[in-house]
Formats: sequence, C-alpha cells, structure tokens
Amino acid sequence: MTRVWKFGANVDTDQIVPGRYAPYLRPKEDLGRAAFIEARPEFAENAQPGDVIVADRNFGCGSSREYAPLALKKRGVAAIVAPSFARIFYRNSINLGIPLFVSDEIAEVAADGDEVALDLPAGRISLGEQTYDLPELPRFTQDIIDAGGIVNFVRANGRFPG
Amino acid sequence: MNQTLTEQIISHAVGHPVRPGDLVIVRPDVAMGHDSLTPSIIEIMRDQLGVADVKDPDQIVLAIDHVAPATSVDTANMQSTIRTFAKEQGIRLFDAGRGIAHQVLVEEGIATPGRIVVGSDSHSCGYGSVGAFGSGFGSTDIALVWATGQIWLRVPETLRVLVTGRFRPGVDVKDLALKLCRDLTIEGATYDSIEYHGLDWLDLPGRQTLASMAVELGAKAGIVPPAGLPADRFEVPDWLYVDPGAHYYRTVTVDLDTLEPQVAKPNSVDAVVDLSEVEGTEVSVVFIGTCTNGRYQDLRDAANFLRGRRISPNVRMMVTPASSQEMERAAADDTLATLLQAGAVIGSAGCGPCMGRHQGTLSDEDVCLSTGNRNFRGRMGSPKSRIYLASPLVAAATALTGRISDPRDGMERS
Repeated sequence: MTRVWKFGANVDTDQIVPGRYAPYLRPKEDLGRAAFIEARPEFAENAQPGDVIVADRNFGCGSSREYAPLALKKRGVAAIVAPSFARIFYRNSINLGIPLFVSDEIAEVAADGDEVALDLPAGRISLGEQTYDLPELPRFTQDIIDAGGIVNFVRANGRFPG
Repeated sequence: MNQTLTEQIISHAVGHPVRPGDLVIVRPDVAMGHDSLTPSIIEIMRDQLGVADVKDPDQIVLAIDHVAPATSVDTANMQSTIRTFAKEQGIRLFDAGRGIAHQVLVEEGIATPGRIVVGSDSHSCGYGSVGAFGSGFGSTDIALVWATGQIWLRVPETLRVLVTGRFRPGVDVKDLALKLCRDLTIEGATYDSIEYHGLDWLDLPGRQTLASMAVELGAKAGIVPPAGLPADRFEVPDWLYVDPGAHYYRTVTVDLDTLEPQVAKPNSVDAVVDLSEVEGTEVSVVFIGTCTNGRYQDLRDAANFLRGRRISPNVRMMVTPASSQEMERAAADDTLATLLQAGAVIGSAGCGPCMGRHQGTLSDEDVCLSTGNRNFRGRMGSPKSRIYLASPLVAAATALTGRISDPRDGMERS
C-alpha cells in the first residue's frame, strides 16, 4: 500500500535534504536515502514508491538546490499536495516531472498514514475511504509532467512548452 | 504603458510589453552557475539533454564560492570538473577565493541595471541591488539556458516596500531586511517581485543586504531602483525608471525612525522579534559574512565596535569576507587587524559557514548568531544547533559578551 506523509507549514529545503548531504559532497551516496534524513528519519527509512506528501503552506522554501525535489523523486514520491509551494521548489519539481497540486481542501483532510491511491490521468486522489478531485494543472505544467520533465519535453520538441 | 521595474526589464528582453501572469521565453543576459550545482548542470546539459557545448559562453559565468577552497577529494574533483568545463567552453570562472558570486558579479560589472541575471543559487535575487532582475533557479533551468540560451518566466506581480525615515544609531539595513521578514512572513511575497522605494540615499552594500533577502520572503526578485548614490557607478538605461503610474498589487511601509534592532530566532527567518526580547541569550558562535553581510562595511562596523576589546572566551567568532576585494579593503586599513586582535577567526572569501559545508560547521551544542540570511534547522551544521540572525553590529556586541547584546549599549560606552 502507499501512504500519505503529512508535513506542516514552511518545510524548507534544508529539511528535505541537509546541505551536508549534497551530491556535490557525497557523490557516491544514494540521494533518495537522504530525503528527510534528519527532519523525519522514519520517512528516510520507510517511504515507499507511490507514497504522497501532503503538507501545509509554503512547502519547499529556501534554497535552489534541485537535489531536494530530486531526492523525493528518487524516493518514488508520486505527488506533493499543499495549499502553496515555494517558487523555486515548484519550478524544480515540475521541471523534474513531479506533479505538484495546490489544494487547501486535500491538505486539510489528509491525515498522516492515510492509505492513498493516486489516479493522475483521471485527476483523482483517494484518501482512506474518501475520493477527491485533484485541481487541474495549467496546460504548460501538464505538458511538462506528461513528457516526464522539461528536459524530455525540450528533447522531444526542440523547444520550450507553451 | 505604465510598468514596474520588473515589467520594464522583462518587456525590454522579450521586445514587447508584458503584464503580470504572462508566460514568456527570454534570453537572460547572464546565467551564473556556482560550485554546488554546476556539476549537476553540466550533467543535465550533456547527459540528459544531449547537448555537448553551451549556446553562448559569453552569457555564462561560473563561481566556486560555496565550498571554497575544497574540503575533500570529492569536492576537489568536482571543482576540477568545473575548471575543465570552463576552459573547454571558454566561460569566465571566478575560482575559490575570489568570493561569493553575488558580490563578484556586481564588482566585475556583470550584473548591471536593467539586465536579467539568473543564477543557480537562490540568493541570485541580490542582483536587484543594482537594478537588475536577478532570480534563482535550479540545475535544470540553468542547464536549459546554457544549452538553448533561453529560460521561461512567468511575469511576477510587484509588491512595493515603501521605506520612510532614516536608521537611528545602532540600527542598520539588516534590521530593515529582518523587519520585512517579520511583517511579510516567509511566504509573504511568494512568486512576486519586490520593489523597494524611499531608499535613494542608501549605499550599494546596504542595497545588496536588502535585495539578497528578498528570497527569504519567497520572492522571485527584489529590486532597488537604480537611483541615487550607487547609480553613479552604473549606466542606467533610459527605459528603466520608477513610473509613478505603475501598478503595485500591495504596498507595505516601514518607518526607519522607529525601527529597533531585530533578531530572527531559530528556526525560521520570519521568527523575528525586537532584540530586547532575546537579549541575554547565550551563544557559542558568532558569524559575520555571507552575500547578505560579508562586505567591507559590515566588517568595518564590527571592527569599530570591537576596537581595543577582546571577545568573550565563551565565543568563537568567524569572519568571512564576501570577496577578495572586500578582504583587501579590510586588510588595507586596520579592520582585519582589529577583528583578529579581538579574537576573530578569518575565513577565506566566499560563502563560509552559511550552509554548513565547511569552515566552522556547528556542533550539537552550538548556538550561533549569524549575519547570514537563513536560520533553518541544521543549515550551518548539526540539526541540534540553533541559529539566530542579526546585523553585524549586533553580532559584534554579542561576540563581546557571549550573550545576544544590544550594540547601542556598547556605543554609548565607547
């Protein structure tokens, strides 16, 4: 089963991956294992591919370090839902093909450890017994996600989306 | 069409008028890569995008400033990769010791009024100090600029900060930057560009301190209009000016006449209080440096305060100049000597301990008062350490006593 990992507001990039775990400093380490290694060690130990992060406001604030969302991607995080995201983290995640959903409602109702089923093509997320519609992504963003990231999009199309 | 500075700069770059919310593809004037992300930028460009050579070497600048000089064989090898790449591609590189990219690009006249300067470091918003549109991006965005010459941008809304009055003695621009974090919060300007008005009298280092912390409010950019004293150093394009008819979706005001010294408490940049609320808190480390507060004037402020005095035996004081030029200035008069005599450790020019990778990494037990821009848990080392943020004057006063102290007390004594 896949589950919800619930986080509070203002989760910063140092919590997602501490600077001392930068690939630049530890090139031989598995970046996915460094995700939340100090801020939430049980995530680092137990997160499974397909799990979903649901957080309060301003998820990903702080640094431009793209290895923060990359660590979550390598860990298999299927989507991140929050009422708002920090700007650089939002761009980095979309560029990497991680679906981010801005939603007050889902962030309010989701509880830590909820069983979760994500149906991206249908735009739905099930939390325990309840199913919710995911907010529709802007076309530009959807095109990048569909391509599996902006690098793939640009490679395939020879131009930026839009 | 009445436009904010950000809208003017992006309109000029794309060749037609833009409005907030527009998605545009622009050719930035400069795309900076720093040592932490440049190896991954090269990897994305070459291995993922399949592009061997950069589109325009003149558009690119590289800096080795975050772990400078290298601390391990791994970082040394990564930095070798950057040097080899720069040589092969004919790209300007500012190597270890030259200083923090955000300082060096201003010194070298690479960031100038009206330019679009994107960088792989989040504090690239600091280029707004000279009236550039500066903004931080991740590795993939910068790799795409190197490969294609272009980047996509959403034209941001502009938030206006209106400053009145003048700093009282013992209060400086860092206190203004922290007050904005306090009033607007860590997400108060997310996706926005900030325009700072009422500061034509403010010197360039002060503008750099202020613009560097725009990202701490979530902003995409923070621009001080290139008017007043520092504008003399730069050529300001005639199309770039504060337009009285421009639309700001929100205005916040700060009155410097009543501003007290501010301190951000652990572990958030917006956990800001008047210094009096945390006065007396014991600290074990004081750090003066970073792109926010590592310039000559910051070191000078601290040295003036500490002249003829010795810091507390319970404190280690780290001072890291922002660039070799700033360090030279501090060495040319008695600034560095005064800090050394007071008991400070001087680090190599660069980012220093700010992000916990080298030079003064914090232990489990440490409580640090830093002049840097962030105090997130574990940023400067152990996740058990605690970081307070304040001005260089507060840092000097705190180093003297080993407790968070009000510099105005010391100034009255001297």
